[in-house]
Amino acid sequence: MKMKENIKLYIKYASVCTQSVMEYKLSFLLMITARFILAFCELIAIKFLFSGFTQIKGYTYGDVLLCFSVVQMSFTFAELFGNGFKVFSGMVKGGEFDRMMVRPRSLILQIIGSRFEVGRTGPLLTALITLVLGIRYSQITWNVITVWTMAAMIIGGMLLFIGLFMLEATFCFFSIEDTSLMNVLTYGAKTHGKYPIDIYGKGILRFCTYVIPYTLIQYYPLQFLLGKTHNWYLAFYPLGIIVFLFICNFIWRFGVKRYKSCGS
Amino acid sequence: MKKYYCFFKLRFATGLQYRMASVTALTTQLIWGLMECLAYKAIAEASGDNLPMNYSSIVTYIWLKEAFLVLVNTWASDNDLFAMIANGNISYELCRPVSIYSMWFSRVFGARIAEALMRCIPVLLCAFLMPEPYKMTLPVNGVSFLLFLVTLFLALGITVTFIMLVFMLCFFTISPQGWRMVLTGAVDFLSGNIIPLPFFPKKYLFFVEISPFAYMQNVPFRIYSGDLAGGEIYQCILRQIFWLVTLMILGVVLWKQAEKRVVVQGG
Repeated sequence: MKMKENIKLYIKYASVCTQSVMEYKLSFLLMITARFILAFCELIAIKFLFSGFTQIKGYTYGDVLLCFSVVQMSFTFAELFGNGFKVFSGMVKGGEFDRMMVRPRSLILQIIGSRFEVGRTGPLLTALITLVLGIRYSQITWNVITVWTMAAMIIGGMLLFIGLFMLEATFCFFSIEDTSLMNVLTYGAKTHGKYPIDIYGKGILRFCTYVIPYTLIQYYPLQFLLGKTHNWYLAFYPLGIIVFLFICNFIWRFGVKRYKSCGS
Repeated sequence: MKKYYCFFKLRFATGLQYRMASVTALTTQLIWGLMECLAYKAIAEASGDNLPMNYSSIVTYIWLKEAFLVLVNTWASDNDLFAMIANGNISYELCRPVSIYSMWFSRVFGARIAEALMRCIPVLLCAFLMPEPYKMTLPVNGVSFLLFLVTLFLALGITVTFIMLVFMLCFFTISPQGWRMVLTGAVDFLSGNIIPLPFFPKKYLFFVEISPFAYMQNVPFRIYSGDLAGGEIYQCILRQIFWLVTLMILGVVLWKQAEKRVVVQGG
């Protein structure tokens, strides 16, 4: 019952946000176009780089395109749904967060609901183009398990990035310093995650497994998807993100408990 | 001339006030740069002799890009000015007995130099101390270092005149932020911020080279590492001057048009 009500409320939030954006149609279209262009330029950059060689550490052009597409899509969805956490410091400063705390509804729902932003979907078009290209160039046999792997990578990636945005928001409770270091983990991962992580070497691969589990949604399932290994269980690695999300939620709750309003 | 110098100095001083070049910002840039170095290492191994720039030039290019990020990027522009156009405070600026174009030009120019001076030193210092393949190299010789400084200055000029053009176009629309993002999005790519221009295939490179974008960060960074040398340098400098003057004239003309039709909608 509660769940149903929450979903209804979220849809209401999303539609109101969308309506308010649609009041400024030109602005909305420009934002979408701009974000599309930015992502598209990165796709062209990959194409240009690949004109000089055919394989990078055993990955072909098609493989890299698939990887780029998955990461780009995850990040875009995360920005679409988790935008509230990204702009959270503004909510705290403006006193909006205080108002949310007195309402008898879930905090997270209010935070992500009130900042649902359709304008973020621009890169999705680039990601879809890349996906089509990637599927054409790479030789993947599509069956239930490969489709599952692909979908799990995208959804897992989305949850991973939302978790990171949540951590970024939690930082607001502990410090007023800027959170540019968190940007490395979010934007940096989006930008550099276009290549399978192992091309950066062993050290980075370890960091991306044990510190922030990027490899669960990128490197390991990708190995299975591209047929580099037959260990089918790698296809279920993205499920591990659920654990990561629990940890993020735990830290977030700890932060909320410690929160003292700064008044305004 | 003196009043413009004052605007320059004012912005310069305020820029220095922000001691934002904190440890976190530095760490961010270093990680970013290192990740790029690692990616290009894999690319260099993959392409072997086909690599259009040698690896140490690429590394130096990456570190220079990180060090002078605030100087020659097109996307981070003075948000106060956009706000002024959007919220109507522009009317105060119009009251001043100075030309808006020159005033804003000096303002953006000064702010960028101040911020860059603060930011570049720690980044460069760390880049020189990196372990071997990822270490930034010294300029090939004294002359090329001087030419680097000259072209960097010209590149800054071109970047600022381009940003001024974007500002001026914003007078003709009510959604300046959107236009700004559309206009600067592709420029980031065309000026060699995502991949260095030598990586562009020849036929596309031709089109970039007849645009002003190839004369922003591309020229100074490649002169420094010796990737661009000989007579080509002087040709590039001439083209830089040409674009600087052209974009400036265009900006002033556009401003004259905008000035006639500024509509301040309350505020």
